[in-house]
Amino acid sequence: MKIKNNIAVSDSGFIFNPTTGDSFSANPVGQEIFKMLQTAATEEEITANILETYQIDKVRFEKDFYDFVNVLKKYKLLEEIEKD
Amino acid sequence: MKKTDITIAVTGLNAIDSPGPGISVIRALRKSNYYNPRIIGLSYDTMEPGIYMHDLVDKSFQIPFPSVGIDNLLYRLKEINDKEKIDVIIPNFDAELFNFIKLEKRLLEECNIKMFLPSMKQFEERQKANLYEFGKKYNLKVPKNKTIYSLKDINDIEFEFSFPVVVKGKYYDARVAYNKDQIAEHFNRISIKWGLPIIIQEYVFGSEVNVTAIGDGTGKTIGAVPMRKQYITDKGKAWSGISLDDDKLLKITTDLIKSTKWKGSMELEFIKTSNDEYFLLEINPRFPAWVYLAVGCGQNHPDALLKMALGKKVNAFPKHETGKMFIRYSYDMIINLKEFEKISTSGEL
Repeated sequence: MKIKNNIAVSDSGFIFNPTTGDSFSANPVGQEIFKMLQTAATEEEITANILETYQIDKVRFEKDFYDFVNVLKKYKLLEEIEKD
Repeated sequence: MKKTDITIAVTGLNAIDSPGPGISVIRALRKSNYYNPRIIGLSYDTMEPGIYMHDLVDKSFQIPFPSVGIDNLLYRLKEINDKEKIDVIIPNFDAELFNFIKLEKRLLEECNIKMFLPSMKQFEERQKANLYEFGKKYNLKVPKNKTIYSLKDINDIEFEFSFPVVVKGKYYDARVAYNKDQIAEHFNRISIKWGLPIIIQEYVFGSEVNVTAIGDGTGKTIGAVPMRKQYITDKGKAWSGISLDDDKLLKITTDLIKSTKWKGSMELEFIKTSNDEYFLLEINPRFPAWVYLAVGCGQNHPDALLKMALGKKVNAFPKHETGKMFIRYSYDMIINLKEFEKISTSGEL
């Protein structure tokens, strides 16, 4: 999965969906994950990156990541990547 | 480039909490790259703020209410034209459009005044009472509706609709009713103000998205800008909104203009459900009050309509900017009593 192409996040963490007109605010960690999801990074890659940067245990991060992704799905900011 | 002087008469100067489109249309016309407009405001009421907005409206005249009839309107427009030599009229009220469409040919032949309006067939076909059939004909999803003429018709509603329902006036006003008593209350309130029939419409849950668009009358869309209402007043009007990048909505709009060969301006009102379905609620055969957002998005619809009214070729706008917002505001003007006296007694200012 990845963030839809037309959705951008600004340096202040402001996210705008031009299709629905919805806007959101993400904190700095949310922005980082958002930007990684824009590049279609996998869950494993994102987890490794965050665990390397922040002092957080893997189980706790995976739970928060799962919650965050569900919010992104709920607001239709994510799309599935077609596999060959 | 030297701009061409032109005199344009515009209605809908009621920039109130349920605003008419006139002031937005005038602001757009004043942004024209080709024309230097002299704006003649046509008003129905002495309290329409546009009459007193002298930086936007050069001169204002009272015109008779639509219910007074076509002959009186024509007589008054000729009187005004003798003084002002009007080139183009842009009417902006649903309730007056019938009369203006009827007068289109005569105004052109007898006064050389041009307009760019939908045909009477287009105007009638999309009336609220006919919208369900319209949707079937043009393959659009439209909430189920029923036209009623008396309170006794309300008894059948609960067997045909599930609550809530929306109670709508023929031209204006829409209120949500959760039971039969509320339908009756809204029926009385709306019919006293706007007459009969009343339309009962199925309530569809979702977000309100609208499109302002113009067609050239051959099926081509000259411009279209979709907007989502962000803040809605107690009258259901957008107090702020944001332009969207919504290809599906634009396709619905261009398909509709193509199949109806729509001529002139229009506002499409939709509900977008959580399943990304679009239900058409209304087609207004005129610019919306928020049309100035289109100018902010790079599409000056009133200017394009003006050119088409003058018989010029107009190319379709290639795109619009998304993420542009409008936010309305209230503003207290100070008016000298002499001005109010003049418009009240002589019918012009």
